[in-house]
Amino acid sequence: MHLGKVIGTIWATRKYETLKGYKMQFVQPLNSHLKNLGKPIVAVDTIGAGPGEVIYYVTASEAVIPLDVDMAPVDASIVGIVDSIYSEKTGRK
Amino acid sequence: MILGKVIGTVWSTKKDENLVGAKFLIVRQLDLDYKPQKNFVVAVDSVGAGVSEVVLVAQGSSARQTTFTKNKPVDAVIMAIVDKLDIAIKDKLEELIES
Repeated sequence: MHLGKVIGTIWATRKYETLKGYKMQFVQPLNSHLKNLGKPIVAVDTIGAGPGEVIYYVTASEAVIPLDVDMAPVDASIVGIVDSIYSEKTGRK
Repeated sequence: MILGKVIGTVWSTKKDENLVGAKFLIVRQLDLDYKPQKNFVVAVDSVGAGVSEVVLVAQGSSARQTTFTKNKPVDAVIMAIVDKLDIAIKDKLEELIES
């Protein structure tokens, strides 16, 4: 799983049938110090995260598992919202 | 998924027999300002996209999770046509992440 921050929403009316009703969010991947890591990606939101929230997401074919459908062409999905992070190097954030 | 723009079509007569009937489109990656990036992918279309449309592409093994691409040699599929982007915190992204 990876850390990221929701930075925006995508509106797409035409999408693969099994994805109807799911919201898609832009996610900026973060490292453990909450600094930007690479380019933003698009992830399906399964929990109702909003812009500005730090979340964690799963990638690859495992991204389909949290969805309520058997098959969906999804390679990233948001599975949790982060309340706080503690690491030895930076302490609690 | 990545954001991209359809910039062309690939025609191929001789291909894996599982791929007969597939529509291959060339998708160039875009950034949040719709600015074209260097990299591109050839993706199978699952939603009926056309040239110059902005789309989302799922890559890797997830690309085989459609009824058409199941168990076929496909690693990129177009799964949504983008109407609008709503980037809420682009300008303040750096400072929000710092805080």
